[in-house]
Amino acid sequence: MGMTIAEKIIARAAGVEEVKAGDIHTVTLDRMMSNDGTTHLTVDMYHNKLKNPRIADPGKMVFIVDHNVPSDNPKTAASQKKMRDFAREHGIDFWEGKGVCHQIMMEHYVCPGELIFGADSHTCTYGALGAFGTGVGCTDLLYGMVTGTSWVLVPETVKFNLTGRLPEGVYPRDLMLTIIGEIGASGVSYQVMEFCGDGAGTLSVNDRMVLCNLAVEAGAKTAIFEADQTALDWLAARGRKPAAVFKSDEDAVYEREYTFDLSKIQPVAARPDFVDDVVPAKEVCGVHIDEAFLGSCNNGRIEELRVGAAILKGRKVADHVRFLVVPASQQVYLQALDEGLIRVFMESGAIVMNPNCSVCWGSCQGVIGENEVLISTGTRNFKGRAGHPSSKVYLGSAATVAASAVKGEICTADML
Amino acid sequence: MERFTGKVWVLGDDIDTDIIIPTEYLALKTIEDMRQYAFSPLRPDLASQIRKGDMIVAGKNFGCGSSREQAPEVIKALGIRCIIAKSFARIFFRNSINNGLLLIEQPDLYDDMREGDEITVEVNHHITYGGSRYPIASLPENLMEILGAGGLVKAMAARNGLSIS
Repeated sequence: MGMTIAEKIIARAAGVEEVKAGDIHTVTLDRMMSNDGTTHLTVDMYHNKLKNPRIADPGKMVFIVDHNVPSDNPKTAASQKKMRDFAREHGIDFWEGKGVCHQIMMEHYVCPGELIFGADSHTCTYGALGAFGTGVGCTDLLYGMVTGTSWVLVPETVKFNLTGRLPEGVYPRDLMLTIIGEIGASGVSYQVMEFCGDGAGTLSVNDRMVLCNLAVEAGAKTAIFEADQTALDWLAARGRKPAAVFKSDEDAVYEREYTFDLSKIQPVAARPDFVDDVVPAKEVCGVHIDEAFLGSCNNGRIEELRVGAAILKGRKVADHVRFLVVPASQQVYLQALDEGLIRVFMESGAIVMNPNCSVCWGSCQGVIGENEVLISTGTRNFKGRAGHPSSKVYLGSAATVAASAVKGEICTADML
Repeated sequence: MERFTGKVWVLGDDIDTDIIIPTEYLALKTIEDMRQYAFSPLRPDLASQIRKGDMIVAGKNFGCGSSREQAPEVIKALGIRCIIAKSFARIFFRNSINNGLLLIEQPDLYDDMREGDEITVEVNHHITYGGSRYPIASLPENLMEILGAGGLVKAMAARNGLSIS
């Protein structure tokens, strides 16, 4: 029986010829990532719950401080110190302030064919390069760190056949929110979203990251693209080689299939408090906003900063709006500097921040108050996600967010 | 076979991890400090009302969102015996089992359940409520082993000779 890309990666990691959905396998992990959201908890368990523990392979571990950067109070400073000291003591790669964890992983580590655990739900981003990345908690991370292995239930795969090309002014984020709106917040629970078809070939690695990153918002264990020439060229440009390049077999088994025609996608927004409450952006136009956010592991790369800057150029952010621009990494920030984008943002009245998770996770920067409204390129709009429980978060594309920041109310770029 | 009875708190669909424990409380030092804020965006009084041995019955996709393990930990710290939902988000599911918190998927109970009523759970068999039986599936053996050990760390310690004596 044929296998999907995801099944082939698990079979490789399990050291077996074949796996099928529903099997439970012990796998050897290729990499593990942990950030300052929970690493201190992993370190505490390592020291306090195990006798004479050891790390199976420190070379497979990456620790990244990105959730509270720089630390904003003594408690986060203490948990980050714990993480920093542990990484140094054990020879673990350690990053601090250089960018959001998934951006750092994509820029420096992820290779096609790898099975990667990350103690962060958006680890599914790595499917953009044909890797199997999945989010776990700090206990699973500890288990992986100590044993080098973990258990996985082989997930079913759902095929998303993409056709056509996105229209001008419509972005991969509109496409992914549209998909989530259609299948629902648990539409692919425990499953893998495999993106394929002619339309997938038109998407850049950045575009693929946007799609894969939000897969967890539909309940997916991960999402994946085949590592085609676009992905391999992107990888080679960064001096890395694939662990393995897999294609799904002709007779691979899919639980079900969807087809999305990219040319039919329009700008959309997700309304508070659910990522799957997706409507055409026009339907929420006119909603008064207090803050706008352009950034995050989903939408803070150079491609989105270019879109935002093109809209801001020669315009001003509305007087009553705080517009936060947060590049996803220092690489992105430096490129934006070189391209003159940072100047455009600052001259328009935006607040340009250092790379980190920022208001997307509701801590450290830009937290919103009682009854305030945020329009965001972040990952989630749950109740209270960005601050006070009564505050509201709308999700939209970089273009919609930038245009709304100018107008002071939600609008699409063509309405300016 | 394990059997227990308790009072039920009813929550809805898509109870996300930011509702279970909001970001602003994650910096608190211990789970004990955090637990009073569990579910606070949705029901600020709930944490103080829950008693040891109570259970939660909810709709679909319970625990969606972040991988923060503080979510199952605060629920366990409140004394919740188990959560019965139409479905669970997968990271929350793993994190709960890894912390020794029992989760049960049951498609029909939520639709019939009234908050404050009692139910009886016979693990891996069925739930009894209002004279009706609601069948439940058995958890796979490896998950029962983790639950039986009291969580993944204890199971790993036992398996790899890392137990603290």
